[in-house]
Amino acid sequence: MGEALVKIEDLVKTFPGVVALSNARFDLEAGEVHALMGENGAGKSTMMKILAGIYTKDSGTIRYLGQPVEIPSPRAAQHLGISMVHQELNLMNHLTAAQNLFIGREPRHGLGLLLDEKKLNEKALIYFEMLHLDLDPRVRIGDLTVAKQQMVEIAKALSFQSRVLIMDEPTASLTTAEIDELFRIIRDLRNQGVGIVYISHKMDELKQISDRVTVMRDGQYVGTVPTAETSMDTIISMMVGRTLFETARNAARAEEGETLLEASHLQRGRTIRDVSFKARSGEILGFAGLMGAGRTEVARAIFGADPLDSGEIRVKGKRTPISHPRHAVAAGIGYLSEDRKRFGLALGLDVATNVLLASLTRFRTRVGWMRSAAMRSLAEQNIKTLAIKTPGTTQKVNYLSGGNQQKVVIAKWLNRDCDVLIFDEPTRGIDVGAKQEIYKLLNDLAMQGKAIIMISSELPEILRMSHRILVMCEGRITGELSGAEATQEKIMYYATLRETMVAKGEGLHG
Amino acid sequence: MAESTNPSLGGRAAAALLSAETRRKALAFASLLLIVVIFSFASPNFFQTPNLLSILLATSVNGVLAIACTFIIITGGIDLSVGTLMTFCAVIAGVFITKWQQPMSLGVAMALVTGMVCGLTSGTCVTKLKIPPFIATLGMMMITKGLSMVISGTKPIYFTDTPGFSSISMDSLAGTVFPSVPLPNAVLILFLLAILASLILNKTLLGRYTFALGSNEEAVRLSGVNTDRWKIAVYTLGGSICGVAGLLMASRLNSAQPALGQGYELDAIAAVVIGGTSLSGGEGTVLGTIIGAFIISTLTNGLRILSVPQEWQTVVTGLIIIVAVYLDILRRKQRRTSAPVLAPAPAK
Repeated sequence: MGEALVKIEDLVKTFPGVVALSNARFDLEAGEVHALMGENGAGKSTMMKILAGIYTKDSGTIRYLGQPVEIPSPRAAQHLGISMVHQELNLMNHLTAAQNLFIGREPRHGLGLLLDEKKLNEKALIYFEMLHLDLDPRVRIGDLTVAKQQMVEIAKALSFQSRVLIMDEPTASLTTAEIDELFRIIRDLRNQGVGIVYISHKMDELKQISDRVTVMRDGQYVGTVPTAETSMDTIISMMVGRTLFETARNAARAEEGETLLEASHLQRGRTIRDVSFKARSGEILGFAGLMGAGRTEVARAIFGADPLDSGEIRVKGKRTPISHPRHAVAAGIGYLSEDRKRFGLALGLDVATNVLLASLTRFRTRVGWMRSAAMRSLAEQNIKTLAIKTPGTTQKVNYLSGGNQQKVVIAKWLNRDCDVLIFDEPTRGIDVGAKQEIYKLLNDLAMQGKAIIMISSELPEILRMSHRILVMCEGRITGELSGAEATQEKIMYYATLRETMVAKGEGLHG
Repeated sequence: MAESTNPSLGGRAAAALLSAETRRKALAFASLLLIVVIFSFASPNFFQTPNLLSILLATSVNGVLAIACTFIIITGGIDLSVGTLMTFCAVIAGVFITKWQQPMSLGVAMALVTGMVCGLTSGTCVTKLKIPPFIATLGMMMITKGLSMVISGTKPIYFTDTPGFSSISMDSLAGTVFPSVPLPNAVLILFLLAILASLILNKTLLGRYTFALGSNEEAVRLSGVNTDRWKIAVYTLGGSICGVAGLLMASRLNSAQPALGQGYELDAIAAVVIGGTSLSGGEGTVLGTIIGAFIISTLTNGLRILSVPQEWQTVVTGLIIIVAVYLDILRRKQRRTSAPVLAPAPAK
């Protein structure tokens, strides 16, 4: 082995309130595909964005071909030969493929005044041919499939003569055939000596494409192993770690409650595929899965925020067509978005207004005035029952802590008398102490006979709270576990159980 | 004139005819023709050379301002200062030429430089100070309006001592070459500027970045392009085009009228929007803008000939804007749903 192409040591990066990376390490050889794995929030993307000059590091060293380098901007990274293909593609939809490829480096003629569109298209074609990509350089990017757009991004990286190519979840929205095509290109590049960092959640892909795997957890380096000699189980256990807190699990409930919500054969494009499940009174139903597995999509579709292609929703046994959130609310379904600041709260308004936001019409007198005394007393009651820490009903919610903001959103739906509450990442951005309170609240609500659906990417949280766990992968429900039998490993197994693997009949444990 | 994206003409012509872009432009142009035809039937006085010339002349100033707005709107921004900046540039020309007795060429140059500096300032506020374009140019609108008043002492500045000045707009260069086409220079300047702007937009780096910034600024930044610099350049270009409009205006009135200008920015934005440029940025054409400007002035002219009160003319223009933008939204929706996404199927 020669000099490493890239060597990252002791990398530290903090964002306000979060330590994203602490003592992260990584190295990349020329001519290898090096997979980077870890749970959501493990710091993979952050580390790679630092390498690509998008974020700046707090401390630590990056060596490129043995030399310590500073990478203050994307431009600096490009000069070094480091390119990144982002998960959310960074393209200009209104421009053509060729124009996107050479943005910032347009060939010109006429004393440099005029753009040389002919040369631009010719040059783009060279890179497309290099990738065996059948693509007209003059086609508008916005009219291409995501797969083709991604190929254009790769061609762009190539055109910088990149020696390091970082790919963040490149297959997230590709079909099987498109993935094969992508892998062919990746192998070609590897054979030409390019070092490729491959960030992915998909176990079977790593087996196919990568030479080595580095696992990260909680912003830290866990280990690097050769892919061929390591079992999937080993990698999964490296990812989840052994330091679990197995405390206070919610055991499976003795008796089954009434079915409050029943979804059958929900279908929406490629994001929701034949999803059926029941949520029962008194139960916390956990939805586990990796990012992009389709959990939020299912919740949004049930809530009427996104249209379904087909499928049926029954509320308390009654068929309920839901094509708009107001239908869902009328049927007693509440949805607490993962992004409560954007979708859940009117941040600039006070606590009373927010907790009553979904039920304001109840407080309108016939003339149209609002009954403020009644509103205030209900808001005060909410504050007391949910133990919301606020100086009073007139406090603006943006001055509350994350946990208390979450409680305000919960209060909002409780005031609507919802029977089914869908919590999407209920403890995201909430500190440990407040998490316990939210957990207690969820348990209380279940105890009162509500059906709680909890979407969470934190496995310990899923394990601790759920009576029953559904695991999703690629828009399908791949497994169901009872709270008692579930383990992190089992969930991870189903969360990475892709369709291709099922078809081939080879599981992870096989 | 904005249509220059198709390299090989032959086989592609048919496909281009059907492309959404072309359809939209054809639609705008067809609307303009329809308006002309309707008014021609409605009034014998409409389709007469003097009246057509007056429509052309009436379009020249708004057309030029709309070209300035087109650039800025394609970047995803907005410029509310174009009208008052135009007046400010005219006042500056008046100060140099009439008050200080400087040569006309210096006055003209100073008007253009003033436009440039103001555009540069707006651009800097938007990029470096991160002030939203709406606010930055609203500020610039009030600043230039106030400065025009201050410098001129709120009185019009006349160019009567400089007979050459009014010929900028009102003489007819085209008429001396082709006597049958007595096109005033103001109209000629509008057309020449439109061609130049179209070239800049489609053939130069500045034009490419104008579209790219409006399409996805973050992507441009991550591509290593100095986005701030290019955005400032676009606002500067917009400002100097306002300088041209100011000269046309002053030359036509043979005076700089400091009270004029406010309200022009809305007509200009209306022309851009009717012409199919998206306010969210990333797409638009100069040709569309020019057609939009002509739709507005033809309507105004025709309704006046039919003795419709001016108040109603404004109402009609407002309706036209809403209808034009709604048609555009419909078209976009159509394009999006042409992908194989199934219609929502509510269970019965």
